[in-house]
Amino acid sequence: MKESRWRPWLLLSPSLTAIFFLLVVPVLFVVVYSFWLRAPTGAAIPAFQFGNYARFFEDLFYPTILFRTLRVSVICVLLCLIMGYIPAYFFYRSTSRYRQALILLIMVPFWISFIIRTMSWINILGANGFLNYTLMRFGIITEPLSLLYNEAAVLMGLIQYLLPFMILNIYVSLEAIDKNLLEAARSMGCNEWQAFREVTLPLSLPGVSAGCLLVFVLTAGTYLPPMILGGPGNEMIANLIFNRVIGTLDWPFGSAISVILLLLLGCIVWTYNHYLGINTLFKAFKS
Amino acid sequence: MKLPFSGWSLIRLYTILVYLFMFLPIVVVIILSFNPQQFASFPMQGFSLKWYVQLAQNEAILRAFKNSLVLGTLTALIASAIAVPAAMAFVRYSFRGKNTLNTLLLAPIMIPEVVLGVALLLFIRWLQQPKSFALLLAGHVILTLPYVLLIVQARMVSIKRVYEEAALSLGASPFQTFKEVTLPLLMPAVLAGMLFSFTISFDDITATLFWATAEHQTVPVRIFGMLRHSISPEINALGTVMIVFTIMTPLLAGYCIRRFSKS
Repeated sequence: MKESRWRPWLLLSPSLTAIFFLLVVPVLFVVVYSFWLRAPTGAAIPAFQFGNYARFFEDLFYPTILFRTLRVSVICVLLCLIMGYIPAYFFYRSTSRYRQALILLIMVPFWISFIIRTMSWINILGANGFLNYTLMRFGIITEPLSLLYNEAAVLMGLIQYLLPFMILNIYVSLEAIDKNLLEAARSMGCNEWQAFREVTLPLSLPGVSAGCLLVFVLTAGTYLPPMILGGPGNEMIANLIFNRVIGTLDWPFGSAISVILLLLLGCIVWTYNHYLGINTLFKAFKS
Repeated sequence: MKLPFSGWSLIRLYTILVYLFMFLPIVVVIILSFNPQQFASFPMQGFSLKWYVQLAQNEAILRAFKNSLVLGTLTALIASAIAVPAAMAFVRYSFRGKNTLNTLLLAPIMIPEVVLGVALLLFIRWLQQPKSFALLLAGHVILTLPYVLLIVQARMVSIKRVYEEAALSLGASPFQTFKEVTLPLLMPAVLAGMLFSFTISFDDITATLFWATAEHQTVPVRIFGMLRHSISPEINALGTVMIVFTIMTPLLAGYCIRRFSKS
């Protein structure tokens, strides 16, 4: 079987070539550029210095954005968890004949354009939007509330984008639980709540952690919701990168911020991989 | 034994509320697209299709739609052509560094799109190449590759090896075996992967904002540009068209896949 030695490599060569030239090399370039200097003319000068990183941490402006990104990501994970676990549990336990249809329905937002879903919140939260209109109609308020362009609005957009990821991950791990275990717990005298606490909840934790990691990573790299639904004070790190690179053409500084973001997410993903294994993350996609 | 009635009905109510949260904004987009007024706001003053008419006459949008369709189709074709052999390699062979390489190929899911956007743009700048359609295509292939790989790989695992071994023992070459046995069995997953890849490409905004040129704008980039001014009923009309389009695509494709796999 000499042949089969090189056959996998032949089969892998197109994808590895693609990933090498379109991902590995470009990301290495970002790392290299992050040490370069920017000439007053805007050109990037090859160098090896840590000025770009120092600049990031010198002024409080940039660390504040980093901190905000982390805070929003954590809040988003928690809210998605609270909003996602119960529907996933509902899918798992429901005997309704609409169950399949409901699961399919939660997938629908996946297919709907991200930018459409994000901008749709303007129609809901805007000064003349659905929410203000309804509240005024019922006489609860007399003046429109300003609900848009703040962190809450950003979170709304983010949750609507990320909740299906969380629900599916939890649902997949709930579905994998052997129903006999529940029977066993009940025959041992557990009531419904105890059976949930002792059996279902612990066994669903892999799905919970996969969902949390995915939501965290996707939130931390998010650009659109802060851009469209956030105010000037709600920038996140992706907006910062975009503005440095496309706006002021400051490639070295933009690269340094990208490296900081990558390192941050790398640490989190590495920790996750170390304790749980990265493959658990992709279960939901395979179903 | 179910939960006490009140507990279960609370869970049901909660689930309904979550659905409401997910779908209310989408429904409102569709409703407001029929608003005849200049601004997308409540209360609505009647019902009109005029924004759809205006949309159909908007050259820039139509061009963006064409770009998106071409880009999505090419992305789907290339991504699956690359992912299918890779999935074969991972499922059917064992070799050194398999897990690491598998993780590497899935990395684009975990790397923020902004970073990917900067990285690829920086690279072609270093190569002194201008932004082009090819860059956009290459970028989208990398963005969608992991998803196609995951879908195809999952299906590949469930295809029994004995079928392939039977073909091989009957004297078929590995390529013939792949063409006559493996690929037909794999086809539903390949089509699903292509569909996924098309939709991701059609939807992508963050990385695409880095890569798109003025003449190769996609629909989301166009919408992004329009949002800079204000939210008008025309955007809602465009949004409605997109919603219908993106929901119809998987439904139609699902139907086609079922027909295809039967015959």
